Amino acid sequence: MFTAGAESLIKQAREIQDEDLQKFYTRVSKLLHGKDFGNETVDSLQRLYLIVSATKYSRALPEDVLQLLQDLLCSSKTAEQFQALSCAILRETFPCDLRNLSDEEGNSKTISHVAEVTLAQGSNQDKVSSVAHRVLKCLEARQPEDQINLVSRKLVDWLRYASIQQGVQLSSGGFFTSPRTRQPSPITEVDGAVAADFFTVLSLGQSYTEDQWMNMHAFSMIRKWLLCYSTDGSGNGDTDDKSEVDGSVMSMVSATSTSSRLLPPKERLREKAFEYCHRLIEQSDRKALKKSDAELQKACLIEAVTVMDIICREDPSFVYRAFACVKALYGRLSGDLAFSRALLPIAQFYLNHSETAAVDSEAVYRQLFTRIPSELFQEPMLAFEFTQFCRVNVKVLRESVGIFKHSFPNLFKPLAWNSPALISEYVELLPSLIGPDTAIEILHSLLDLPCLTAALDIQLRSASSQPSERVPLDPSVKVSSSMEAFRHPYYRGMFLYILRDEAGTGDTIDRLSVLHEVLADMADSPRIVQCAQTTPILLQVFFNEAAQFADEKLINQLVLVILERSSLLYDIPNYKREVQRVFSSQLLVLCKLHPSLIVEQCKELMEFSGTTGNIQSKENFYTHVVWAIGEYLSVSYDKRCTVEQITAFFETLEAVLFEITQVRLSASIPTYSPRVITMLLTTLSKLASRSQDLIPRVSLFLSKMRSFARSPAVSSWYSEEDIEEIHTRASELINLLKLPSVAQFVLAPSTEGTSPRWHRDTNTSLPLAMRAISKVLQRDSSFSPG
Amino acid sequence: MVHSFLIHTLCPGSAGSASVCRVLYSRAFYSEPLVQLPAGLVPGAERLLQKEQVAVVARQVKSACTLSRQAAGKHSPESCPPPSDEAAAVQEADCGMFRLGAGEPFQGEKTVLWLGVLSLGFSLVCEPHENLLLAESSLRTLTQHCLDHLRLLGPPGTDVLLKADRIEALLDRFLPHGQLLFANHRFIHSLDKELAASMAK
Repeated sequence: MFTAGAESLIKQAREIQDEDLQKFYTRVSKLLHGKDFGNETVDSLQRLYLIVSATKYSRALPEDVLQLLQDLLCSSKTAEQFQALSCAILRETFPCDLRNLSDEEGNSKTISHVAEVTLAQGSNQDKVSSVAHRVLKCLEARQPEDQINLVSRKLVDWLRYASIQQGVQLSSGGFFTSPRTRQPSPITEVDGAVAADFFTVLSLGQSYTEDQWMNMHAFSMIRKWLLCYSTDGSGNGDTDDKSEVDGSVMSMVSATSTSSRLLPPKERLREKAFEYCHRLIEQSDRKALKKSDAELQKACLIEAVTVMDIICREDPSFVYRAFACVKALYGRLSGDLAFSRALLPIAQFYLNHSETAAVDSEAVYRQLFTRIPSELFQEPMLAFEFTQFCRVNVKVLRESVGIFKHSFPNLFKPLAWNSPALISEYVELLPSLIGPDTAIEILHSLLDLPCLTAALDIQLRSASSQPSERVPLDPSVKVSSSMEAFRHPYYRGMFLYILRDEAGTGDTIDRLSVLHEVLADMADSPRIVQCAQTTPILLQVFFNEAAQFADEKLINQLVLVILERSSLLYDIPNYKREVQRVFSSQLLVLCKLHPSLIVEQCKELMEFSGTTGNIQSKENFYTHVVWAIGEYLSVSYDKRCTVEQITAFFETLEAVLFEITQVRLSASIPTYSPRVITMLLTTLSKLASRSQDLIPRVSLFLSKMRSFARSPAVSSWYSEEDIEEIHTRASELINLLKLPSVAQFVLAPSTEGTSPRWHRDTNTSLPLAMRAISKVLQRDSSFSPG
Repeated sequence: MVHSFLIHTLCPGSAGSASVCRVLYSRAFYSEPLVQLPAGLVPGAERLLQKEQVAVVARQVKSACTLSRQAAGKHSPESCPPPSDEAAAVQEADCGMFRLGAGEPFQGEKTVLWLGVLSLGFSLVCEPHENLLLAESSLRTLTQHCLDHLRLLGPPGTDVLLKADRIEALLDRFLPHGQLLFANHRFIHSLDKELAASMAK
């Protein structure tokens, strides 16, 4: 583990003094010059590596040390350890101008190390191509015109024509007997049966021949190669490039393509890679004797289907053959959750090609969006890959896979469980799930996301508990924990709703507060807190997206949900506050989009703003609601706005303000922030300016507030600054209201305030208005017009 | 292709200063064509950028691992009993994946796959379309070999800094040039034997 010793080594390497460093370089140089390949040199090179790598700033090695290291790197006689160390040190030495290898130095190990250094620093394209050229020369001395075709031909040979006999193991023999070779034995399958067809990475042998190693390497890189090179300039009909070897192993899977030897290299590679993948898929059905081989089978399935997908994209004539194979594979795997990760490339294949092949894909997607997220949400790797799949394909999924959009309750399960790891994926994914038909339910689901985390946790624990702890409880029993609630009939519907697979199913949320209460014992569990921390971000994303398409009806619905859910939230530390913060800002956005909502939701808003309790539990949100009322309850926004409505709101808010500014005798009654008080004062003045009968009433109230602010009792609750703030605001408003037309201008500015006319026309110009207002506001209360 | 492999600390450990995340070893298999750096920068600018990229990955793995351990209700690794052996340590390791968007900090998008063994993190930075199941098993193999050959589970734990050639030898075999290998248990066995022979020298 990481210890103080290690920490101190890093520090020493970073802080080494120049003088010591130069001495050290000299020593290294001496050792290397003297061709001393003993322990001291090893130790020195190891330390040199630490010194150059431990700091992020480059250290300039002396020329001669660099030269000596290059000699080590380039000489085929250097021992592996020295070659590795010089390679590592040179990689860290930026920029390292590696000299070109001479022809004698061209053994494959050396070239490999030179390539390592060159690629790690790879900004010099000439160097990279020079190394690449050397690599190709190793493959074939006679260099053809087209190097891509050369590699493609080689890959075909390695993939399809590796020997099916095991590599020969030399046994040293006894003292008097000469070394003898064992009889070569055939390669076997992963289940021990003799190999049924050509060699692949799933073929086993005691030891492998060179061409079998190349087979493994070739398959490992085939995907990348196909992606890079098989599309550009394909169809090269140069007969010279056709592979000469063929037919060394008769194959079941290639029986359909005996004429493939006539194809140009790139097409031929596609054909052979396809056969290889086909064989791998067949081989993966065998029961592996070793666990690690069973794992490899899964990785091979993923790769094989992906490679087939690439080939089909390049040449659609493969689609029918591929589907026969992929469809059968899906049939084999779909019931087994252990193969879930392989289902993703299969689904990708269906997504890309089912239309071409006119294959029904509904069942594949249903399986994908139903079982994987709901049964395997707790697997971090699968959850990530699943989410990636959705994100990458989101456009197609949204347009052509009906079940996708309605699966969001399921799609939220991996998110609820692994929220920090997946949040960035869902920030991109979420907008595509939101539509006019799903928006409201998604909003509720997001708000209940931490409840979903809790429910998933209980579900998992319940599944792993004793059977006796899983039987339903007697309905008359009173539950004492969330775990018990999960088994209680009364709560059953709620859990079913929270854990539903598809949109629009399950119970309603009538008794959500009951669910929140019963889950209270889990509210501070770290996983739930993490989820609660990420939810506000997603809410923000939700509203941004919804604002893009929301019509008046939806906006009204959203506002109702906001008002309702502002108090109906799972009680997790900080969660309510953060959600209310999002609600506050979004309410204003919605009002701006559709100001009439204030008139349309008049009843609910009045009820909300008239409840003093709402100030105590969510002051910030309450303040925003009151502001919105003052701003948008006006005939200039909605012709339907009546004097009666304005008066009703006025009276409601007046009553609230009266209540919260009562001089209280008991200290236990909360004090309200000056912000709420001034906001209410301003809103009352705004409403009065629009219905001038109310002006005397509000002026009276304002002057009472001025004296309230100065009363001795108040000074014990508020700081001097707070009192000053209330007092100033009340005075300003009184002054303004003395001039009703100015008051209207200030308190209910025309929406045209941003139009150019306001800035050009001298009679209505903004600077003139501003001057008038500052005069009004700055004068004492003795201000009189004229 | 794997872009890079790194070994770094996950928590300060008994030696560490507060929240430092130390990169103990890192190896980039190729450098991406970088954004054109402004002319006239000091020669080391490109290297500095690469080192900063590595540090960003290490820090993100560190927080991903911390959050994942927290969520699972695990205690800090210091208070846990040490695992019985290397194989058990790899089996019990925390693991995860996350995506690095383009420009954050690499030019192209990347996927990071990590394993957390006690206070050490082992990470692979992969191309976005890499076979992640294969990457995961390769990372486990690499991690187990690192623990074995660098004696990382016990003190003094300095081999990871001083025996870089061992890590190089390991990577050259199990992740040559950043290429993940579809190696069955017989291939792995041969590679293991070859590695053991080279370490013994």
